[in-house]
Amino acid sequence: MAAPRTNSTTPSGAPRPATAATPGTTAGVPGPLAPRRAVVVGGNRIPFARAGGAYVRASNQDMLTAAIDGLVARFGLQGERIGEVAAGAVLKHSRDFNLARESVLGSALSPETPAYDLQQACATGIEAVVQLTNKIRLGQIESGIAGGVDSTSDAPIAVSDRLRRALLDLSRARTTGAKLAAVAKLRPKDLAPAAPRTNEPRTGLSMGEHQALTTAQWNITREAQDELALASHQRLAAAYDAGFFDDLVTPFRGLPKDQNLRADTSLEKLAKLRPTFGLGLSTPATMTAGNSTPLTDGASTVLVASDEWAAAHDLPVLATFVDAEAAAVDFVHGKDGLLMGGAFAVPRLLARNGLTLDDFDIVEIHEAFAATVLSTLAAWEDEEFCRARLGLEGAFGKVDRDRLNVHGSSLAAGHPFAATGGRIVATAAKILAEKKAALDPSEGDRPVRALISICAAGGLAVTAILEAA
Amino acid sequence: MTDTYLNLVNTGLTKKLAKKLGLPRPVPLVRWKPGQPLVAGPVLVVGSEHSEKDADAVATTLLEWDLDVRRTVEPGQRYAGVVVVLTGIQHPDELGGPVLSVGGMLREQLAPAGRVVTLSRPAVADDAPAVAAARQGVDGILRSLAKELRGGSTGNGIVLSDGVGVGAPSVLGALRFFLSTRSAFVDGQLLTVDSPAGSVPQDWERPLVGRVAVVTGAARGIGAAIAETLARDGATVVVVDVPAAGESLAQVANRVRGTALQLDITAPDAGERIVEHAVKRHGRIDVVVHNAGILRDKLLANMKRDRWDSVIAVNIAAQLRINEQLLTSGEFTHEPRIVSLASTSGIAGNRGQTNYGASKAGVIGMVRATAPLLTAFGGTANAVAPGFIETDMTARIPRVPREVARRASSLQQGGKPVDVAETVAFLVSPAAGGIVGRTLRVCGQNLVGQ
Repeated sequence: MAAPRTNSTTPSGAPRPATAATPGTTAGVPGPLAPRRAVVVGGNRIPFARAGGAYVRASNQDMLTAAIDGLVARFGLQGERIGEVAAGAVLKHSRDFNLARESVLGSALSPETPAYDLQQACATGIEAVVQLTNKIRLGQIESGIAGGVDSTSDAPIAVSDRLRRALLDLSRARTTGAKLAAVAKLRPKDLAPAAPRTNEPRTGLSMGEHQALTTAQWNITREAQDELALASHQRLAAAYDAGFFDDLVTPFRGLPKDQNLRADTSLEKLAKLRPTFGLGLSTPATMTAGNSTPLTDGASTVLVASDEWAAAHDLPVLATFVDAEAAAVDFVHGKDGLLMGGAFAVPRLLARNGLTLDDFDIVEIHEAFAATVLSTLAAWEDEEFCRARLGLEGAFGKVDRDRLNVHGSSLAAGHPFAATGGRIVATAAKILAEKKAALDPSEGDRPVRALISICAAGGLAVTAILEAA
Repeated sequence: MTDTYLNLVNTGLTKKLAKKLGLPRPVPLVRWKPGQPLVAGPVLVVGSEHSEKDADAVATTLLEWDLDVRRTVEPGQRYAGVVVVLTGIQHPDELGGPVLSVGGMLREQLAPAGRVVTLSRPAVADDAPAVAAARQGVDGILRSLAKELRGGSTGNGIVLSDGVGVGAPSVLGALRFFLSTRSAFVDGQLLTVDSPAGSVPQDWERPLVGRVAVVTGAARGIGAAIAETLARDGATVVVVDVPAAGESLAQVANRVRGTALQLDITAPDAGERIVEHAVKRHGRIDVVVHNAGILRDKLLANMKRDRWDSVIAVNIAAQLRINEQLLTSGEFTHEPRIVSLASTSGIAGNRGQTNYGASKAGVIGMVRATAPLLTAFGGTANAVAPGFIETDMTARIPRVPREVARRASSLQQGGKPVDVAETVAFLVSPAAGGIVGRTLRVCGQNLVGQ
């Protein structure tokens, strides 16, 4: 029989004894618990849809609620009080100030489940995992759901600053004269809506144009980018065919699979596409709609927990969330490429954990653009860059392609900004569990690890290490 | 979907008109709700010659269930149920007495949604000819009587094999099922109890407490209703459907507080994955309901290989493979229950459904041969054969054939998914352990087939 669903904060019903500090021996009050490991139990996402596609009438809240409900159904969490739900969106309506909590209230979870919103551009989803696993490690919560959602189809449209100011003045005006004065300041052009933009505010350049600069800097060829895009589609399609996503994806609004996936694409088809970014540069333009991620709608969730919570709920444990590191680069002054944060975060993360690139069975680098992945790999193989910019003694290392994005990534699946982190963490955790189970006896009980790197607007990146549980 | 005709003949002016014209007048059936009394009124128990002892035992049992039991037809008294005990009958001459005494009260004294249940024994080759004639005669009486009943009343029979007493768990279970509104759309059926196996549940209202049940094809329609009904009866439910149906599957899982398993049942390891999920998440696996099925209708003359093969693969081959994996898992050993969905098309045949008919008749054969493999563990396998059930699938039938199909039964209407679900719930209950490899129709006594 299923274990009783309890609402106790710890499986034992009482805090475990603190080992980090003992009263009387050190100053201050001991924390509730010593650090322990936090694990990934599983995940659920809805298929990602192309902008204006299957989810054109779905709001962020609709999609996040559906992703949570699918997770609840998979793991039997109906009425369960989860420790905390942390989720966010990059493109967000101001009315969605409590998006995570509202989605919880609309879901099958206990309405007593606390939730909060967070936002770190395209790293939102993985940062939610980082925060919740940290809370679990500290004993503040026993379980958590990290989520991310984005809709480019239902994006907020704002009014111009002048119209907004006039409307606010109007609402404050007491007299007819004051009201007229507020309105009189308006000009016809002020009435045009301000569409959401993902251009970098400090440079005015789109993400694609920024990447085009980096692509040129690292001499990434069109062929290499198209090959990576092709691999992404082929690998994602193969994973679907093998049933890999049967327990990671729940269909939504009639869409059973990622809408952007082109199982039948080819290098020839990709080669026919015209470049869309970097057209004004002196170097040849190489980035096309085929080797860049399209605008996408979707949501993802990851269930994280303590070992005790997972055991008490008879739930599997796929992987341990080991550590994470964020980085930011100075792209404003052109020192480094906008999306190159991962190149800096990963070496720091690995140094702290005493690991090298060779210690990872799989490497997941978010495919914002094929060139983003290739530039990062190129930087790590470049001795001069690694010495000068990373402070290493030589090249950081090489990532074998057969360990890179093994079941495809954002180029094929699409990239609903905040949902990508959850997609990658859940996918990587399941791959690790499968690889661990399939280890050859001669390999003993060696650790099976995944490295994750997700770049984000503003020169940000969040990277993480997972290890098969 | 809405049965407009049924609504018309039960309301206002059109009701009067239908009565005048002598049109079929189906009535809305009463379905079971938790807390409802087993039978909503007095129950008449009559017995034939040589059946007095069994009739007394049945009456005593009904009294223990807090029913208002009467042994003779009293003038002016209305009865909600009639139990006719014919287990000891020796000669067709003995049928007239009890049957005619019931016949005299049917028109005026059987309450709407009344229940007539016969208890008898099967006619077998070893019987004396007169005994066999009398026993088989019950079959003809019951099926004819059921066709005469109106007002949502039904008639069903329990056939007790040799060595099965009227107090056997499965006889009690079947008696309760047929007397209650749980069997609203089961009519004109004779269900054989093969053995005294099975156990009386602690709580008849929640007989599946502590049991873990798996329902395939559970995302919608009959499968979703089965999941909901098993959960209502206390089971922990794992709902299974193809990944593409995952959205509604998740909603069903969340409604029944179970878990969703997205799985194509034709996968070679489907049975193993079902066992693994149920055991890892819920600690055990007790019940498997093979509900998933597809239709690919075509006249045999026009039938293409893919239409044939896909129906066989999903409707019967997958079930065989899953059952094999259940049996070899070593986990399916706690009074396990398999219930498989057959169809009246598998009994009577249906034009354009050679493939479907093959698969559904195949199901009937499969459970007959699978059940004996489970008896060592106190288990059974049985089938339920729905007739016309109001689902998304039957809603796509063109209007005229749909209307004909609806009225072509004694209850003169289509059943609801919950009617199939109630029957499944009965067959997977602990009390049904003595029903071995049988097929029970849920068809409102559809005119086709036996």
